[in-house]
Amino acid sequence: MTGRRGAVRAATPVGVADNPAPWDAVGLTRQEYRSIAAALGRAPSPLELGMLGAMWSEHCSYKSSRVHLRRLPTEGDAVLVGPGENAGVLALPGGWAVAIRVESHNHPSAVEPFQGAATGVGGILRDIFATGARPCAVLDGLCFAPPDEGRARHLLRGVVEGIAHYGNSIGVPTVGGATAFLPGYRDNPLVNVMAAGWLRADAILHGRASGPGNPVLLIGNRTGRDGIHGASLLASRSFAEDPAGLRPAVQVGDPFVGKLLLESCLELAASGLLLGCNDLGAAGLTSAASEAAGRGGMGIELDLDAVPRREEGMNPYEVMLSESQERMLLVVEAADEAKAIAVCERWGCDVARVGRVTADGRIRVRDHGELVADMPVALLTSAAPRYRRPARRPLVPARSSPGEDLPAVGDWLARLLAAPNICSRRWVYRQYDHQVQTATAVLPGQGDAAVLWRKGTEFGVALALDGSGRLTRLDPYGGAALAVCEAARNVACAGGRPLGLTNCLNWGSPEDPATMGTFVAAIDGMARAARALGIPVTGGNVSFYNETSGRPVDPTPMVGVAGLVADIGLRRGSGFPATGLAVAMLGPAAGRLDGSEYQALRWGAASGAPQRPDFALERGLLRVLAEADLRSAHDCAEGGLLVCLAECVLAGTAGAAVRLPKPRGRLDELLFGEAPGRVVVSTDNYPALAALCREAGVPCRKLGVTTDGRDLVAEGLGTWPLRDERGLEPWLG
Amino acid sequence: MSRTAVVIFPGSNCDQDALWALGPDATPVWHQEEHLPADTAAVILPGGFAYGDYLRAGALARFSPIMADVRRAADAGMPVLGICNGFQVLCEAGMLPGALARNADIAFHCQTVSVEVTDADTAWTAGLRRGERLRLPIAHGEGRYWAPDLAGVRVAFRYAGENPNGSLESIAGVSNRAGNVVGLMPHPERAASEILGGTDGLRIRGAARAALR
Amino acid sequence: MKFTAEVRVHYRPGTLDPQGQAVLRAIHSMGLPAVEDVRVGKSIRLTVEAADAEAARALITRLARDLLANPVLEDYGVEVHA
Repeated sequence: MTGRRGAVRAATPVGVADNPAPWDAVGLTRQEYRSIAAALGRAPSPLELGMLGAMWSEHCSYKSSRVHLRRLPTEGDAVLVGPGENAGVLALPGGWAVAIRVESHNHPSAVEPFQGAATGVGGILRDIFATGARPCAVLDGLCFAPPDEGRARHLLRGVVEGIAHYGNSIGVPTVGGATAFLPGYRDNPLVNVMAAGWLRADAILHGRASGPGNPVLLIGNRTGRDGIHGASLLASRSFAEDPAGLRPAVQVGDPFVGKLLLESCLELAASGLLLGCNDLGAAGLTSAASEAAGRGGMGIELDLDAVPRREEGMNPYEVMLSESQERMLLVVEAADEAKAIAVCERWGCDVARVGRVTADGRIRVRDHGELVADMPVALLTSAAPRYRRPARRPLVPARSSPGEDLPAVGDWLARLLAAPNICSRRWVYRQYDHQVQTATAVLPGQGDAAVLWRKGTEFGVALALDGSGRLTRLDPYGGAALAVCEAARNVACAGGRPLGLTNCLNWGSPEDPATMGTFVAAIDGMARAARALGIPVTGGNVSFYNETSGRPVDPTPMVGVAGLVADIGLRRGSGFPATGLAVAMLGPAAGRLDGSEYQALRWGAASGAPQRPDFALERGLLRVLAEADLRSAHDCAEGGLLVCLAECVLAGTAGAAVRLPKPRGRLDELLFGEAPGRVVVSTDNYPALAALCREAGVPCRKLGVTTDGRDLVAEGLGTWPLRDERGLEPWLG
Repeated sequence: MSRTAVVIFPGSNCDQDALWALGPDATPVWHQEEHLPADTAAVILPGGFAYGDYLRAGALARFSPIMADVRRAADAGMPVLGICNGFQVLCEAGMLPGALARNADIAFHCQTVSVEVTDADTAWTAGLRRGERLRLPIAHGEGRYWAPDLAGVRVAFRYAGENPNGSLESIAGVSNRAGNVVGLMPHPERAASEILGGTDGLRIRGAARAALR
Repeated sequence: MKFTAEVRVHYRPGTLDPQGQAVLRAIHSMGLPAVEDVRVGKSIRLTVEAADAEAARALITRLARDLLANPVLEDYGVEVHA
């Protein structure tokens, strides 16, 4: 690469040159601009400012969250790669490992649900295969306004179709997740996508540049003008009333090229041809190049003339900040370059050498031989600002005073089973190919977590993604702690031992002290729970500015847990699988009305103080679920105990006859109250289960037996024939 | 040794699943090859989204170099099976009658269905009994079988019970006149292990083996 | 000479067009019963070099028949402009 050395060319036609407040156009503050000028010893060129604007955006820099995220535990026996890389990696038996990561695509999905969700899947899959892992599963955490609203239905349909479009085509099964409907998501839906991938523990790739002089390759799609500043402006600011005005910042996904890219990268990795691999996501080439250089302690030189373009006349600013999808940056040994290019070409992937690694820790960008950006890499990465924003801690919530008790069950079981937050998600998951790769051993709808079999071995991995905006709105600390406990419990119900977690935190504007206060409290709750259960955090994503005109979303922590199912033969579903089994309840019998689905449905809104998790109980439950000989296990969550029992019948092949404990207080609290740490199980050895529970300090109570047919019979309360699942269809018009 | 060749198109995504279900006597063949391996005794076109299913499902894959040899082999009587996307490719290539249109309810369907064997004399159903039912997963958005005229179409499989995609006369799979080329929308390779929910798919493999002997 | 062509592809009459039906239902639910039928198809634009319009049309028609449409299921129309 040759070119004139010296001063950076001043004029780049982006319309910021003559602006008296050039920081505004790239989403920075005057103070941030001043610190940039001080670090450079000169004013940044428009291109440099654009690159810094993107890298210092909330979305890329985590500038408001980083000081708090440090409180999360990240160490654990199974952790091979922790936070800061493309994905976390956890050790499995036999030299295997699993990579996990979750990321939000909320803002693009609000603007264009189909492509927003589709590119969310594409992006998270690239993060996974950038570690050298073959993606094996996708899970989605989706939150919308109640589906009786037209816009919510439109968003739900578009998002589900977009996920299906990308996941089905690229051939990664979409195996689970969570779908919630709350008024708090009316203006800002949440689309969180988690992915997992298999890899060998001794073949983990890092997103690092190494070896000065080594070539830097750009492979995949050509670069176009799509999504310039998508991350820094779309995902790092609140919406005004009209999100449609932001549509040009959304990209179009191409799962076919995504598949070619995936196969190219994995073949290159398997052939030992890759030194480093980085996804071009938010902030495009700028972020991929600076992150790779930063992690490797190197510099990088880019020659923009070599970047394959989709459109003519693109300027350096557009090339460096384009968020065109399906592109990866690779670093290879100079001697391997021809071999690497041949692999990409065989898969039909465009490939170009766009630069080289340097030793001096600077990022240099040349256009037609001219130096158009020249900055220390660290200025873009580690020197990004960190803020401890003013935070007003939320009050500990007070219990609500409930209305009248129910005299009898009446039609409440049926109403709850049909409610959007509880009814079957079949309409959603039937649109996803959840069986491609022939490894899904517990399918969606069959269990509390998906279980993926590592073919050729005895083990599998259980994956769950959980989080409740409703509970976190009422109690940020408790809601975030509960998200960890619930995801772990769901993995344990399916037969997995939790190994690690990844999280996606969806909040409003960090510049609002009340919002920031709930964020800080939630991190405390999540840190406390993760420590108490011994589940390390391997990375994640923070999505701020989920608000419109000052109305933030319900704060929503989505927690993804991966667990080891050591013997795939012992995986568990949630449904009663046979007649004549003992049905037992683990954990406390009664729940609370505060924060429950029943409370929201009966009185119009959830209020009060939801039950916080009891960590000793949760630890005990994880032990019992790991050691007991159980035929099924189902977490007792939204809807409470009676709904949980009905779901065990609906998901299985047997009915149940049970006698519930006498209510000590209210009948509705016993039947429909909610509390963490409760699981309904079936077993053919109840005495052994009871003994184990005593030892583990977990309350255990036999409720009854499984029966022929599909009836749920609760003595003295009622008999419910459960033939057909209620689904989302009636809500979709 | 005779082998089953599994063709991999760019965008195929069930190729590895088919190879796994078939075991060691199956071999992958890249679509840019001009010739099937010399010891090929049967060919499978696997599921997926060849060429992204752009334009129409299966429309672009038939131009891949290997397809000329697959057609020659089929004309010479070699058993050829198209699964899902492979079925779409065979129809687009004119090696099977009819076409596969968008599902009647527009949506992609991934679920397990009952399929009835309606013709036990094809190369891929010879070990099965006419009228017997298999539980097989489906996963497709364009599986609605349609033909202007069913006279002369050999129907190999029909959906028993629910017709998940609006197929003409519940058709799930057909064969050519000679019975050596078969296409079906359900995925037998996904029903090849109890861990994955069933083994009915192996009976189609077993049938093919019996036919090859 | 350069010609631009547009090929329009639709499901044949009598073949169920599920996308068209879905759009029709949506239109009716907007309170517009006057719309009686909807067919959703695709439009493919091509730029070709050919000696004259007739040669261009012949080439595009062949492409439409052999690749762009599946005659078992679909009809096509070809427009060629200089």
